[in-house]
Amino acid sequence: MLKYILHRIALLIPTLVGITICAFAFVRLLPGDPILAMAGEHGVAPARYEELKEQFGYNLPIWQQYTRYVGEVVTGDFGVSISSKRPVLEEFKTLFPATLELSFFAMIFAMVLGIPAGIFAAIKRGSWFDQSLMGTALVGYSMPIFWWGLLLIIFFSGYLGWTPVNGRIDLQYFFKPITGFMTIDTLLYGKFDAFRSVLRHLVLPTIVLGTIPLAVIARQTRSAMLEVLGEDYVRTARAKGLSSARVIGVHALRNALIPVVTTIGLQVSTLLAGAILTETIFSWPGIGRWMVESISKRDYVVVQSGLLLIALIVMAVNLIVDVLYAVINPRIRAA
Amino acid sequence: MKKKLAFAAALLAASVLGGVANAKTLVYCSEASPANFDPGTTTGGNDFDASSRTVYSRLVEFKHGGTEVEPGLADKWEISDDGLVYTFHLHPGVKFQTTDYFKPTRDLNADDVVFSFDRQFNKQNPWNGDKYLPNLTWDYYTGMDMPKYVAKWEKVDDLTVKLTLTEPNAPMLANLGMDFASIVSKEYADQLAKDGKMADFSTKPIGTGPFQFVDYQLDSVIRYAANPDYFKGKEKIDDLVFAITPDATARIQKVLAGECDIAPYPNPADIGTIKANKDVTLMDQAGLNIGYMSYNTTIPPLDKPEVRHALNQAIDREALIKSLFQDAGATPAENLIPPTMWSWNKDVKTDAYDPDAAKKVLSAAGLTEIQLWASDRVRPYNPNFQRAAELIQADWAKVGVKAEIVNYEWTKYRSEGKKKDRPGAFQIGWTGDNGDPDNFFATLFACSAIGVSNYSSWCDKDFEDLIQKAKKTSDQAERAKLYGEAQVVFQKQAPAFLLAHSQVYAVVRKNVSGFMMDPLGIHRFDGVDKAE
Repeated sequence: MLKYILHRIALLIPTLVGITICAFAFVRLLPGDPILAMAGEHGVAPARYEELKEQFGYNLPIWQQYTRYVGEVVTGDFGVSISSKRPVLEEFKTLFPATLELSFFAMIFAMVLGIPAGIFAAIKRGSWFDQSLMGTALVGYSMPIFWWGLLLIIFFSGYLGWTPVNGRIDLQYFFKPITGFMTIDTLLYGKFDAFRSVLRHLVLPTIVLGTIPLAVIARQTRSAMLEVLGEDYVRTARAKGLSSARVIGVHALRNALIPVVTTIGLQVSTLLAGAILTETIFSWPGIGRWMVESISKRDYVVVQSGLLLIALIVMAVNLIVDVLYAVINPRIRAA
Repeated sequence: MKKKLAFAAALLAASVLGGVANAKTLVYCSEASPANFDPGTTTGGNDFDASSRTVYSRLVEFKHGGTEVEPGLADKWEISDDGLVYTFHLHPGVKFQTTDYFKPTRDLNADDVVFSFDRQFNKQNPWNGDKYLPNLTWDYYTGMDMPKYVAKWEKVDDLTVKLTLTEPNAPMLANLGMDFASIVSKEYADQLAKDGKMADFSTKPIGTGPFQFVDYQLDSVIRYAANPDYFKGKEKIDDLVFAITPDATARIQKVLAGECDIAPYPNPADIGTIKANKDVTLMDQAGLNIGYMSYNTTIPPLDKPEVRHALNQAIDREALIKSLFQDAGATPAENLIPPTMWSWNKDVKTDAYDPDAAKKVLSAAGLTEIQLWASDRVRPYNPNFQRAAELIQADWAKVGVKAEIVNYEWTKYRSEGKKKDRPGAFQIGWTGDNGDPDNFFATLFACSAIGVSNYSSWCDKDFEDLIQKAKKTSDQAERAKLYGEAQVVFQKQAPAFLLAHSQVYAVVRKNVSGFMMDPLGIHRFDGVDKAE
């Protein structure tokens, strides 16, 4: 098992190098000169332009800029934001819990609804329930997040007034974050009404962010379940006279979940991508919105390092999924 | 016993509710997170709303809702006859804010004023460079040409400061009302330097303004409390909260739902919904901006004013504005400066739509082809350069001029566009900094701005004489007269096609009073009150 894990980690190294090159190249391929973008409408005098170029290190040859950047990243220095002048890593640490909290709830939402729905659709294959569920899943999967989020806000917050429009908590609650996870912090402070407020604020963004993973998980569970239900050992189990619930719950589901776990792992990148839009609509102070604002400000340092940090997280999650997969399915380890 | 309990519960509830009702909280749904809270180092309107307009004050201020300069921290000032020396007399007894991170031991004095400017240009000042924050550029200080005009700042006595200029420059006073000119506390800076916590200067601000900083949760909420020691009197609202809401539709939904009291910049598409709602008011004002299109006046046949007039006449401006700005609307521009700015000449009218007259002149001049420039960026004064270019192209086609649309990415667009030999018509615009006409006329059309921001490469002796004279004159009535004449020359020479001044909007709940739209595009909360 250890050998397997080490092997997976070794495979990550070339990916990492690739990512640093991509992140570095990406911001330089974006149209727009960072110095001119910074200067705004006023423009900048040629002498001052050269001065600023030197100050930011943009006068060096591109390969030197790259090696300097990698050298800094390796020592844990992710740079300082051009606009706020704060260390990028510090901002990331402040904002990441918000994204993680939202993604966690979105994933729970997607799994709690998606897995049972998929199982049920598989059992009732071809029924109206199956048909309409798969139809809905397709719609959910194709739904533009931005539109979906605004629609829910206008209906549930604007028209019905059931949920707050956006934000993480009612403005009347004010406390210093401990963990950065509002659901945990409110409980640590013993403020239950604040905790309720946090949950109310989580409802809509959770639904919006969880919609695509929900659709994917439901479809994946259904097809995995269908495959397993056709296997010989399921037939054997049924022939032994086991109850239908036991056959499905114990014999079929356990095996059907293997591809579903992989799917869930892969959804992490979907969640982080979806967070960019969801957080912007819901004023959610997470890393998705931070990236969007930094791109529009042409804060290249934040974009470059933010990309790298997000990529690192996705890679770490994929690694964990690979390992979990090996735990669930011992055949993988041998391979 | 039950009754007693119920009574106690009711009492408790009443006291809690009472507590809530007593503190008046105003919630502003701001459009973006501030970069930081030091207005000297930032450039965005949202940065300034969150720092200079709430926490800080300046020597002089802009009149609420206008662009005229009025006393701020300086009660009065004298300008020497040669226009070179400004002497400011500070208001006595102005207190810096007392917070949990700073307790001032003295009142505001001349040292604070000198320090506030010195740190922005003096490389020897430890607050000028990396010791304070990495990669500081002091964009506004340099952008407003302060290094060129300022010779020195001096303390005369505790309540008197002297500013000496290198040459007369009447707009200087308006510059000192700008956000970058906010007065900071030297005592606070010294304390932070001693404690080795200089960066806190940009995250925990201390000023003399109407509100004091309480807390900022990154990208989420900024909290302020009314400054009890504010030298113009404590504000009527007790707490001010900025709920940062980047999406325009969500922002408006928040006002409609009563989750915030004021929100800026609604989407044009939402304007109908807002107008129909009885709980909110849609406030609007012509922004301090201008969208225009510069002709290169040095390349024939565009060097002839009649050709430029004819190109203007060929454009159906009303239809163009309607198509570009839609429901949001815009004020058709008659002059380079908007009507809200002092010295605006009401008698000047720009070219009327007259394609037949245009056709005659253009065919006589032999103009059959022209370059028409457009970029990808949405600007407040022109939401869609490309769309505008296509409409103008169609209008010009009708008078026999074939326009070729030239596209570049925004920063490249401007660096190519300002070249002296750039051909054709170049769409651009400007948002004013300080409400001084010089900030429009000289910045955009002075001879010295050719190759920088004079995209018409236009250098007209009459115009230049007028604006340079106005720049050196201290008397505002005299200056207004000179700028009024400059507008006549501008209309006669037509170095550009003037499009429009866009409207700026804010949505305000009906129980809020005292909020004013500001032509400078800032959002101020001093003087604002809220009925429960």
